[in-house]
Amino acid sequence: MEKSPADNREEPLVRIRGLRFRRGERWIFDGLDIDIPRGAVTAIMGPSGTGKTTLLKLIGGQLVPDEGSIEVDGQNVHALSTAELYRLRMRMGMLFQSGALLTDLSVFDNVAFPLREHTRLTESMIRKLVLLKLEAVGLRGARDLMPAELSGGMARRVALARAIALDPMMIMYDEPFTGQDPISMGVLVQLIRQLNDAARLTSILVSHDVAETLQIADRVYVISGGRVIESGTPAELAESGGEWTRQFIQGLPDGPVPFHYPAPPLADDLLQGAVC
Amino acid sequence: MLNLLGDLGAWGLQALTRLGRAHLLLLAMLRGLLEILRRPRLLVDQLYSVGVLTLLIIGVAGLFVGMVLALQGYNVLSRFGGETALGFMVAASLVRELGPVLTALLFAGRAGSALTAEIGLMKATEQLSGLEMMAVNPEHRVLAPRFFAGLIAVPMLAALFSCLGVLGGWMVGGGLLGVDQAAFWNGMQDGIDFNDDIINGVIKSLVFGFVCTWIAIFQGYDCVPTSEGVSRATTRTVVHSSLAVLGLDFVLTALMFG
Repeated sequence: MEKSPADNREEPLVRIRGLRFRRGERWIFDGLDIDIPRGAVTAIMGPSGTGKTTLLKLIGGQLVPDEGSIEVDGQNVHALSTAELYRLRMRMGMLFQSGALLTDLSVFDNVAFPLREHTRLTESMIRKLVLLKLEAVGLRGARDLMPAELSGGMARRVALARAIALDPMMIMYDEPFTGQDPISMGVLVQLIRQLNDAARLTSILVSHDVAETLQIADRVYVISGGRVIESGTPAELAESGGEWTRQFIQGLPDGPVPFHYPAPPLADDLLQGAVC
Repeated sequence: MLNLLGDLGAWGLQALTRLGRAHLLLLAMLRGLLEILRRPRLLVDQLYSVGVLTLLIIGVAGLFVGMVLALQGYNVLSRFGGETALGFMVAASLVRELGPVLTALLFAGRAGSALTAEIGLMKATEQLSGLEMMAVNPEHRVLAPRFFAGLIAVPMLAALFSCLGVLGGWMVGGGLLGVDQAAFWNGMQDGIDFNDDIINGVIKSLVFGFVCTWIAIFQGYDCVPTSEGVSRATTRTVVHSSLAVLGLDFVLTALMFG
């Protein structure tokens, strides 16, 4: 395995400084600063549309920021050549919201895919590794199924097995709990924590599922309006006096994030309709 | 008036940007040839998907087009007592024009639309992003094998179309209409020139294969990743490919036979 350029346990694995990124005229991030410590589960939370998935794509080098820098293990992601970026990505895993399994390959072949692409292991060795990864997510028995035959929760577990196939240093989870039934949700919550601790990974968890995320996160960043508005341990956030954080954590329908989409007064709208 | 000019300018810039993206994608796919040489299995799988699975429609269409050509040709030629030229007329029409053009149009409808839908859905379901994050270049691993498969498959399909067309023409001309068999085949052998007809036909179908596959892959890769976006991209593939084939056919014919 390649030697880490910044193999210092005290240094954060991911360091984001002054990140600015926009889509069209709208600034998604406007001066974002985040440190992701090594070995921990760090959650990034915020309501839909705050750019959580975009942040993961920026960390993975799939998008380029307008300003600021993102360092992963001491390497500035956006200053790397394509070959260097691909080498770095081999040490990152990502679990997409949809699972992103290759639909023409079986569960076994999906998990074997990165091993076949990036290693010269024999097929018998690949078989053993794939079965071990599938065992870790409880789906060794489903190895011959096709992605279309899997439930949403199973597809994410297979995708998780694929994400850890190359034993990465970190995994990024994009909304892993969305649309899951309570049992699948419980399984995923447990798996994320256990894999992080057993494989000494660093996990970045992007989610708006408050209860599940606070249950397993070591540190939480809450973002809104393109900036971090609060950060701390789950316990610190639960006791936060911040109005915005309280509304988000407690799921209150009205507050700093208004219930109504901006509109002229109702009476004006109704009267205008009468004239027409 | 100013608004109209502004809109026109914005549209022009958008079209140029899109054209630029299409060329960058083409360069990336050409660079993917190295990956294909390293793992030819990727190309073989796609040749089956875009080539073998298109055989039936090409074969049936070729046969019927040849039969219709013989019927129509016989009606015209018999007025001047020139039935013996039927073989040459059927073969020349097929090899020079109908084989490459109709094959490309059918390829765009059958395989091109399927390529666009497949790539568009891979994009919509984050499979292409997933590959990137697994440090696998989707332009080399997914798109390049499809591109080269289309490039190889179209000339072969066009050859098959022409052969079956000639067979259909012979079945109707020689069998149904009673044209002299020896005259049918001799006329064809004497009239068809290898360089002028066959090689030019192959060049045409190579160009059409290149353009149709490029359009299909680009539309899928560049589509808006929603069900509506994939649907629109699939439609654009068929429309753009058909227009490109017909336009290029005129240009190539003028250059080759003009």
